[in-house]
Amino acid sequence: MGYVINRLMQGLMVIAVMAVLVFVGVYAIGNPVDMLISPEADQAEIEATIIRMGLDKPLWEQFLGFVGGALRGDLGTSFMYNEPAVRLILARFPATLELALAAILMAVAVGIPLGVIAGLRPNGVVGRSIMTVSILGFSLPTFWVGMMFIMVFAVSLGWLPSTGRGETVEVLGVRWSFLTANGLSHLFLPALNLALFKTSLVIRLARAGTREVITQDYIKFARAKGLSETRVILVHMLKNMMIPVVTVLGLEFGSVVAFAVVTETVFAWPGIGKLLISSIVHLDRPVIVAYLMLTVLLFVTINFVVDLIYAILDPRVRRKEAA
Amino acid sequence: MTGEPTLVVEGLKTHFFTEAGVVKSVDGVDLAVNRGEILGLVGESGSGKSVTGFSILGLIDPPGRIVGGSVRLNGEELTTASPKRLRSLRGDRIAMIFQDPMMTLNPVLKIETQMVETLQAHVKIGRAEARARARDALGRVGIPSPEERLDSYPHQFSGGMRQRVAIAIALLHGPDLIIADEPTTALDVTIQAQILSEVQTLCRETGTALIWITHDLAIISGLADRVAVMYAGKIVETGRIAEVVATPRHPYTHGLIGSVPSRNRRGERLTQIPGMTPSFLALPPGCAFAPRCPRADEKCLAMPELAPCPGGGHLARCFHPVPEGAAS
Repeated sequence: MGYVINRLMQGLMVIAVMAVLVFVGVYAIGNPVDMLISPEADQAEIEATIIRMGLDKPLWEQFLGFVGGALRGDLGTSFMYNEPAVRLILARFPATLELALAAILMAVAVGIPLGVIAGLRPNGVVGRSIMTVSILGFSLPTFWVGMMFIMVFAVSLGWLPSTGRGETVEVLGVRWSFLTANGLSHLFLPALNLALFKTSLVIRLARAGTREVITQDYIKFARAKGLSETRVILVHMLKNMMIPVVTVLGLEFGSVVAFAVVTETVFAWPGIGKLLISSIVHLDRPVIVAYLMLTVLLFVTINFVVDLIYAILDPRVRRKEAA
Repeated sequence: MTGEPTLVVEGLKTHFFTEAGVVKSVDGVDLAVNRGEILGLVGESGSGKSVTGFSILGLIDPPGRIVGGSVRLNGEELTTASPKRLRSLRGDRIAMIFQDPMMTLNPVLKIETQMVETLQAHVKIGRAEARARARDALGRVGIPSPEERLDSYPHQFSGGMRQRVAIAIALLHGPDLIIADEPTTALDVTIQAQILSEVQTLCRETGTALIWITHDLAIISGLADRVAVMYAGKIVETGRIAEVVATPRHPYTHGLIGSVPSRNRRGERLTQIPGMTPSFLALPPGCAFAPRCPRADEKCLAMPELAPCPGGGHLARCFHPVPEGAAS
């Protein structure tokens, strides 16, 4: 229990520090009024707009207002859409979440088996081929691969659609693509595109973990007990190997959600990445700030969950924290 | 039955094919252990004693390979046995105890899991029954409140307790042979003595043959029936433990015993063996111990046979054995 509270407090600290940094950082750039008001507007109109948007107050006063609002779940109103920034982001969030989850699932489902195989036979033809291919996953730029996917699978072969989310089904007031066949077909290419880099990462982590665990005495002891090779690998090795993989994947999941921008742009996926790009272009401060704050919240939450999974996987963590 | 000893090893050769060359870690080793007998396998680090143990179990990882010789358990040849057959023998007929108890138990699995899986790998048995047998096994090696301990993880045990768990796992199926690879080296001296005597008692009771691998002659002098001394992949001296310790014939064994402090030689300087173990990649021609040996001459450029020494009952691999009764 102390472990959980400790981790929660750490998370809150991070959020507080990030609130200051994000707010000050974003307010140091540009002047949104220039972008919003028509060039013909006179001085009086400009003044009125500045006052309406609260930009005339000193920075600290604006910050206090921001924090006060944030505690009530209000991160400001978009200059562009004239809608609460949080609602704007949340409306697009499921699309990105769905994309990110699909990508991570693909990365794990493909990456872990391949990584384990490569780790068990590091000098075999198969192991070497897997590692060579994983270099491609690392080095090919996402946007280029995305466009190649569209060219090959959507344009030339016509197998899969290239843009949008397709049909969606509403569950718990949120629209999801993965519940319809059409939506799934729309999801596949962007998810694969996003998964490519992560798959390579998982392969490398799984391989390194396998190589490390395989030399441990307890693996040799497990074999000396006469266990089948399947059990040695699936039970004795995998659980130890997963500890670093889970840690990195957790962090990576955050970055996939937060920075799916490129893939979302290429595949016209209506997620938060696209919203962020247009907000930056139009200097829509509340949306940028809200986006960054929600991203921080997301990372902190994921870290917290990772810590919990870690404790489940590794009994030593449980004891250390309890002591 | 075949009338053969439980384990017979003949001319065993295990070589490692590394990039730097072929490492002949085990190069023609002969051993035999009878039912209920304890054989001490003594040697310095890198003498090939652990590799001998793993070779018997068929657990040599690449680039190592058994390249020659024979290992027979109850008359059954193991070097040519199928991997499936070897797996069914491991943990069932041959068990192994490792050196470092901190490393041998899987840190993320409960003791119960690690014991039950060993049982279920060899006999058809339900979980509840397996758990009961595991609990009894823990009790037998002197672990207090075994029922609760089954639900613990390895990190909740001390080193000595973990080694007891490993021993309990080794004893689960009442194996014919246990190979113990320096099982007490990582433990406190007091725990060492306890574990030694307990293992001895357990083997005597069940008739299990035991190979106790160690670098410490003193440890096994009170434990083993016979001893084999290894140097650079070969056995250089073997015989009944009392004889070998009282009248070592090979200069290496002689030096080993002379380097151990003893009550009878208070105040004297301990003798030491000059030099260090040779690299397996650059073994001298003939007797590998010759460059460090005070008795060596040009004759030692050839490899001597493991043969009975003149006047002494046991075997030594030396052209110039230490005369009987020479002060060590």
